[in-house]
Amino acid sequence: MSEVAVKGAVKRYGPIAALDGVDLTFADGEFFGLLGPSGSGKTTLLRAIAGFIELDAGEIRIDGTDISRIPVHQRNIGMVFQNYALFPHMNVAENIAFGLDVRNVPAAEIKQRVGESLDLVRLAGLEQRRPKQLSGGQQQRVALARALVTRPQVLLLDEPLSALDKHLRQEMQVELRRIQRQIGITTIFVTHDQEEALTLSDRVAIFNKGQVVQAGSPRVVYERPVDRFAAGFLGEANFLDGRVSGIAGGVARVALSTGGEVLTPANELGVNDAVLIALRPEKISIDPAPAGVAAMPNRILGTVSAAIFSGSSLTYRIAVGDRIFIVFEQNKSRAPLPEHSTVMLEWPTADNVVVKS
Amino acid sequence: MKNFADAGIRFYLILVLVFLYLPILVMALLAFNKSPLYALPFEFDLVWFKALAENDRLLKAGLNSVLIALANTVIATSLGTMAAVAFGRYTFRGKTMMQALLFPPIAIPWLVIGTAMLVFFFWIGRAIGYPGIARGLHAILLGHVALSLPYVIFVVGARLNDYPKALEEAAATLGATPWQVFRRISVPILAPGVVAASLFAFAVSFDQFVISYFLAPPGVTTLPVEIYTSIRKGFTPEINAISTIIILVSMGLMLIVARFYRFGGERSGNE
Repeated sequence: MSEVAVKGAVKRYGPIAALDGVDLTFADGEFFGLLGPSGSGKTTLLRAIAGFIELDAGEIRIDGTDISRIPVHQRNIGMVFQNYALFPHMNVAENIAFGLDVRNVPAAEIKQRVGESLDLVRLAGLEQRRPKQLSGGQQQRVALARALVTRPQVLLLDEPLSALDKHLRQEMQVELRRIQRQIGITTIFVTHDQEEALTLSDRVAIFNKGQVVQAGSPRVVYERPVDRFAAGFLGEANFLDGRVSGIAGGVARVALSTGGEVLTPANELGVNDAVLIALRPEKISIDPAPAGVAAMPNRILGTVSAAIFSGSSLTYRIAVGDRIFIVFEQNKSRAPLPEHSTVMLEWPTADNVVVKS
Repeated sequence: MKNFADAGIRFYLILVLVFLYLPILVMALLAFNKSPLYALPFEFDLVWFKALAENDRLLKAGLNSVLIALANTVIATSLGTMAAVAFGRYTFRGKTMMQALLFPPIAIPWLVIGTAMLVFFFWIGRAIGYPGIARGLHAILLGHVALSLPYVIFVVGARLNDYPKALEEAAATLGATPWQVFRRISVPILAPGVVAASLFAFAVSFDQFVISYFLAPPGVTTLPVEIYTSIRKGFTPEINAISTIIILVSMGLMLIVARFYRFGGERSGNE
């Protein structure tokens, strides 16, 4: 299959840089998620790979061949659009056959390959239906079959699941992953749904203002965000700022600007460095504060300002001085901690992640 | 109580339709009445249709109308479709402004437009020292094209807006050349809109009176102009007969427009 390499990609619209020097390599067979707020450049990159947008600078290579000057219809890509873009005047079989038909594949082979594609997406028997007569999930499958039947080198997905309701979306996520694994096609998809990106991707890249903020496996990007944007965009984070007051045994002691202290792996920190720490809400354990308990490093006392019940979990908003800490807790047997009660928050040193501000 | 209200609503709507159709129905019926003075009792006869068939002036005017309407349909539909595609599929400076400027001509009274055209067609001749456009069938055709262009652009544009650019993009990613995209995706999708627009253009031209009247030189007429002239000279049920034919043709066209335009290329629901 195929490797896609993007080097120094730049695309400007007037004074705004939609892509501002993007370097990314999509490995052969990889499922790669492009994530970011709207206008961050992720869709621009996808459309540049498809060939709808010409880069101002930089290059895109598929298996080493520069495709920047090759028109869309000669690129050998498959693409699934946000609203599927099924041809309304053709039935399911004709939609899927289109890519083979325009390449003058013999009719017998078209019939066979359309059949295989329908089996792949589990839609056999619906050949004669019109797109309008299909459910959203079925339309999605037809779009996928149509994109794959020409055996493209790369599959591009533009917010493929955003038009589906939540249940169907989860079902299609599993389905998409199964099909992608089965074919082993290099797949690049754009989404603004962070959960979807984490679930589906082998690797993700977080975009902001036309640049890649961070790329890596979902777990690494989630657990070790490099900066405030990455930490805040992917999941939720509490941000603690302070100054290193001492280092001992590979652990830095940080005095927080709001009072209190935390410990964090020292890595490259020096004494007196200003640091910003990201702390995921689910890493914090929350308990009623025992009488006479004192704050210590990685332990903070606060009061419950709100407990938000959402079925399987609880979200606490804890007031610490004039700051609010967000804490997630699984809904175990304990009753929610009452508002205004004093609580004790604790967490391990390793979960204090130093990020760029 | 509810049945009573329903009956009231039905009665009211029937009154509205009667108001719309009664004069037309009476006129059509009288086309089949033998009396030249519209006298009752009703006596069925096709004498007025026979008279019509021998009325050279009306037939010639009718032929002019059909020819102009057909030429107008071809020209306005082609130009308008291209304009609609340009508006719908490209971005350029001043686009919003240009689109907004399509509306006013529809609102300007035909009388004013007709006067403006008449004056302009003569003025341009004097301005460039040449016979100019003046009056004639060609001038009528020019006027009709100008009149029907906005309608064509709106009708085709509406169809175009219903279908996202992504359809054409999807075809390109599947390996279709620009020509294949146009022929196999754009044309079939736009076709119902173009058909509806062409019927619209035909109807606008065929029914047009004011502009044709202003731009017709002595001795040359279109059907509406000829009917108007005949009425001024004196009324015979021959006018009813020709009007009945026009009504049937126009209603037929409008029904086809409704079929193509409202329900799009594929019917909703199950086929």
